[in-house]
Amino acid sequence: MDVTVETKSVSSAAKPVVIAARGLFKVFTPSDNEAVTALQNVNLDIHAGEFISLIGPSGCGKSTLLRLIADLTTASQGDLMVNGKSPHKARLDRDYGMVFQAATLYDWRSVLQNVQLPLEIMGYSKKDRDNRAHQMLELVELSKFANHFPWQLSGGMQQRVSIARALAFEPSILLMDEPFGALDEFTRERMNMELLRIWERTGITVIFVTHSISEAVFLSSRIVVMSPRPGRITQVIDNDVPYPRAFETREMPQFFEKVTIVRELLREAHEAL
Amino acid sequence: MAQGTLDFSPPKTTWIDQVRYYMPTILIAIIVLGLWELLVWMFNIQQFLLPKPSAIIIEVVRETYLATSGESILFQAAGATAWSAVGGFVVGSTLGILVALMTARWTIVSEALLPLAIAANSVPIIAFAPIMNNWFGLTNPASKIAIVSIIVFFPVMINTVRGLTLVDPMQLELMRSYAAKPFKILFALRIPNALPFVFSALRVTSSLSVIGAVVGEFFGGPRATLGVLITQEASGFNFARAWAAISMAALIGISFYLLVLLAERRLMPWHSSLRESA
Repeated sequence: MDVTVETKSVSSAAKPVVIAARGLFKVFTPSDNEAVTALQNVNLDIHAGEFISLIGPSGCGKSTLLRLIADLTTASQGDLMVNGKSPHKARLDRDYGMVFQAATLYDWRSVLQNVQLPLEIMGYSKKDRDNRAHQMLELVELSKFANHFPWQLSGGMQQRVSIARALAFEPSILLMDEPFGALDEFTRERMNMELLRIWERTGITVIFVTHSISEAVFLSSRIVVMSPRPGRITQVIDNDVPYPRAFETREMPQFFEKVTIVRELLREAHEAL
Repeated sequence: MAQGTLDFSPPKTTWIDQVRYYMPTILIAIIVLGLWELLVWMFNIQQFLLPKPSAIIIEVVRETYLATSGESILFQAAGATAWSAVGGFVVGSTLGILVALMTARWTIVSEALLPLAIAANSVPIIAFAPIMNNWFGLTNPASKIAIVSIIVFFPVMINTVRGLTLVDPMQLELMRSYAAKPFKILFALRIPNALPFVFSALRVTSSLSVIGAVVGEFFGGPRATLGVLITQEASGFNFARAWAAISMAALIGISFYLLVLLAERRLMPWHSSLRESA
């Protein structure tokens, strides 16, 4: 096992660094309360093409870390580079696509028009918008529903549209904030399969926030385990469960092994409080 | 849910379904009118207290006949009042929406203006009608258009500002993640988000504008307006004619409301209130 971990980390280290965090702090100071340290001394390198899960209980700062990368909030201290640039610059360059907890589709736009939204904002030509949006709907297997409206789709389908929208402008990074948290178990497992297929086809770097252990183990190439008060990284685990992963993967001994390791780490962190 | 097997088209409605749907309402209306007729006849109520529905209907039919040769004052009055109401509605709601768009662009202005607008909205604006009559002249339709505009302006402006500012924070973050310009956020997100708010104000003010026009005319105006006609015929003891004028005002109010409703369905096919069929 050690050997495979070695080769895995060597091979990923050879790839360019996409996200580099050094001594990252984020402190919230609500006016009526004492300061809350959402992130404390976070150091993390993420390489191109990796599938990284950030996992931990609520308050561990996993979403905050994602929002820092997305430049939706700013760090209190420390360095963060996205594609070798400041997160602000990376956002202006449209380096990442974001998928939120809710599908956040626009009710007044058809499925196709929703996927075209970022392309419109970024000034793509009508022809490019049509081509890309149709391609993306094909990728998430929703071509038949191009002219439907969001409220006519199930929750899982809506979230797939939201993924298509995030990928439409071909960003190099996909940021996902508990995207399947609101879905039932079956839909969730299907969505996981779908996401892996998209990741393997596009080679995009995925950073995926979740609090489901099995989801993290099933999806990611590395798992970043975090703990709360103050929010910090407890450990980064290389996940050697072989790709391509399928429904049977969840029944493999290696899968259980990893799930157990992550669960132990989360429990230790919890008991240390 | 199996993909591709879902049928989202609304269930087919035939005219028989439509009739079945509205039948109870129509029946109740007929029963109420019948009871009204019966009670007036049974208790021998004087026509200046309450005329029979049949007398009112005969009056309207007679005026309709006159209208074919252009001699019906009732229909002239209805036309004039309808134009005052529509004119004021268009001016007031356009101004309301424009001011709201401007204040939403500069948040400080909207924060300063909104409390004032809400205060102004709770004032019985119709009390200003005599003032408007003085300003613009009693017989000038502009005086009625002005009072209707002011009545319409405040609810439309307040609701539009709400619709432009009450945007789901996650939707705004999505726009931020695209590094979208404020201008683009306004057109792609804030304005469509405001539409349901705007239309709920327009629905209310469509009825208010007819009330505004008629009450404005109570304080004086050209003879061929519903407000003036109602007061004149009532003081001349022609109650069937007064009631005929009241029915015309009601008819204008209802058609105006339905027109706004129709426009809403056309412009916002996505809105939740229209989804029951799915």
